[in-house]
Amino acid sequence: MVLKIFFPQCCNQADSGLLVGRWISSQDSAVVLAVIHYPFIPGHVKQYIQQMQAKSGVELSVLGSWSLPKDGQEGMESFLRDLSTIFPQERWLQINREVGKTGFTCQVLQRDQRVDNEFNLSWPDGRVVQRETKKKNEKVDEGAAEAGGDKEEQEEEEEKVIFVHYEQRKVMLSQLHPIENGVPDPKTAPPSELRQVQDIKKYDDGPLKSTHWQTEGREASIIVELLKQACVPLCMLIGWLLSVWTWICNIRIFSLYPLRFLSSKLSTCVQLSYRTEHMRLLSSPKPAAGHTQFMRKANIVVSLLVDVALGMLLIWWLYRDNHITMLANMLVPAADHVAKELDELLQWLMGAPAGLKMNRALDQVLGRFFLYHIHLWISYIHLMSPFIEGILWYGGLSACLGLTFALSLLSDMVALLTFHIYCFYVYGARLYCLKIYGLSSLWRLFRGKKWNVLRQRVDSCSYDLDQLRLVVVLFQGVLHLSVDFINSFPLFAMGLRITRPYRLAEGVKFRVLCEEPGTALHLLMEINPLKCSTVVQTYRTPTYSCYPRDSWAALVKKLFVGELIYPWRHKTTKTD
Amino acid sequence: MEDEAFTDINGKSISLDCQCHSSLCSEFIVSVPKVSIGKVMVYTCCVWLLAYAVFFFTENTAVLTSAIFITLAGMMFHIHFVKVDHESLLVIGSLGVQVSSSYASGRETTTFIEMGKIKDIVINEAIYMHQIIYYLCVLLKEPSDPDAVSSVVPLFQSSKPRLNCLVKVYKSCQEIISKC
Repeated sequence: MVLKIFFPQCCNQADSGLLVGRWISSQDSAVVLAVIHYPFIPGHVKQYIQQMQAKSGVELSVLGSWSLPKDGQEGMESFLRDLSTIFPQERWLQINREVGKTGFTCQVLQRDQRVDNEFNLSWPDGRVVQRETKKKNEKVDEGAAEAGGDKEEQEEEEEKVIFVHYEQRKVMLSQLHPIENGVPDPKTAPPSELRQVQDIKKYDDGPLKSTHWQTEGREASIIVELLKQACVPLCMLIGWLLSVWTWICNIRIFSLYPLRFLSSKLSTCVQLSYRTEHMRLLSSPKPAAGHTQFMRKANIVVSLLVDVALGMLLIWWLYRDNHITMLANMLVPAADHVAKELDELLQWLMGAPAGLKMNRALDQVLGRFFLYHIHLWISYIHLMSPFIEGILWYGGLSACLGLTFALSLLSDMVALLTFHIYCFYVYGARLYCLKIYGLSSLWRLFRGKKWNVLRQRVDSCSYDLDQLRLVVVLFQGVLHLSVDFINSFPLFAMGLRITRPYRLAEGVKFRVLCEEPGTALHLLMEINPLKCSTVVQTYRTPTYSCYPRDSWAALVKKLFVGELIYPWRHKTTKTD
Repeated sequence: MEDEAFTDINGKSISLDCQCHSSLCSEFIVSVPKVSIGKVMVYTCCVWLLAYAVFFFTENTAVLTSAIFITLAGMMFHIHFVKVDHESLLVIGSLGVQVSSSYASGRETTTFIEMGKIKDIVINEAIYMHQIIYYLCVLLKEPSDPDAVSSVVPLFQSSKPRLNCLVKVYKSCQEIISKC
């Protein structure tokens, strides 16, 4: 059987000592976690290991010895070999390395069978020594009963060793994303289980000196530590503010039917409730339990910060150079222009558009109906015109809560202002849908038979989808989608994927380090980071919109088929 | 290291490189011919001539700018996401099998399948329209039922080598897998 030894890169230059780690007998591999340096007292080592085992619940043991002899440390090897008698192990690994050479040599001593199974190799710098000595034993023969001659037995019992080098810090900090069938890769399962050990290894004071991934110091920054300290009072403040806000929202007067219906449809109110939910999640004083919770909290914080920053930018742009007055002055003439265009269009359709003969009565009814709508709307706009600047000024202030608020406010205003156009769209789409349904059923009936020219008559003015109506509905849809997108996009996870790709792991990948015929195999194990699309899919926060993920295609398809689009319909938020 | 003249299923020449790192580990790299400069020039010229013709009628310089952007973006997209430079299979006895494709821009996508999940590596036949194609694939076994095949992972999908190349890879893989 091939023995795989996972060796951390940080220990490549460590002083001689004992190897501490874990055996995984199902995979026939050994994971080395740390090297405890000479001088030490074996009793202390056993105590230390027992302590760590008790704290982390992971089975640790002394795997063997490591020797990198420096000046004045001759005789280390024999000392380390004698240690194998003190620590009771099934197999004892003796890994040697010499200063200046890149290769490792490994000897595996089987204690039970008391056979020296030496498989010595040296690195090729001219001295290639390959010695295979074997002492036969009755127990060993049992295992190789069928083997005839010496040579076959030798090959069967030869322990082949593969060294897999890994960067301990990255493996310890990475989070494995399980594959669909839920069975995690056993190669990374050992490091993920042993992550609990990292907290214990922080405290290095004691009678033992060791080398592991944290001996070089942990990566940390003052800002992060300060923020952690400031967290608790901040959480309490947010919690108090939230309780006041929810008390206001729950006042009886707001639960009356029309208000409640409106507040569930207007996207500003929905966005407010959504953010309240987020703040409630953030203000809980307990630290996040588990990786998913942590990622969700981090995503919320980052997206909130980015939102507010962009909102501030918008405010800065809006309130200088009289942009608001400019916008307000543009609005009324634009509305007049729209109304005029619609009037002309309807007059054209009520006549004989493009020479088509239409159903006169239906044309007149629908045309007059729409014209009256437009007249009402234009009067309403003229009534509102003195207040528009004020509304824009105060509405713009809402951007300090975040860009998403400004966008949702804009979306609501557009919706209210163009409600009449939406009504036209509804009438037209319904008639169009009926027409299409009728035509398709007729087509089914007449397929393969004689084509009746009479039936080809086109009826009602709603056959042509008005460009303007299309634009307005699409614009509303786009605004809604963009708010939705900003809300649900996992910024923190994407940032983590770009700056520290080893934190989000999909799996591992191997690279062969050296290739020389006749020497042990050295592999480098690296973290295979998650794909960007998988990051977005996994960490997307659930949103309140009814639009499916491929919303753009669905939107266009609905328009063509004649299915109605409800821009204000929301899915109820899923509660965990 | 061997390098013979193999072809893919469409007749284009590819090259196979077998590296035997040890008795337990070998790597097979199938390389596809690179993007030819002639094709690139032909496509670019076509797009730009078309854009110039449109510009001639519309007198709008935005057409030319957009044609340039489209050509650049299209080329970058092609070499980063579409054009595969070489595909490799690394078999490590008792550890697993690693499949990786490397694109023309240098991007590499890797998947590692560990030995416990692998049932076998076989050559399968597939009928595609009028052709019968041979492909090498890894059979994965289900954890609950070791005799059933839960899924099939095809190898060398972009380079699509022919049977003679596949047989070579298959023989070396079986040597390693059967040992453990």
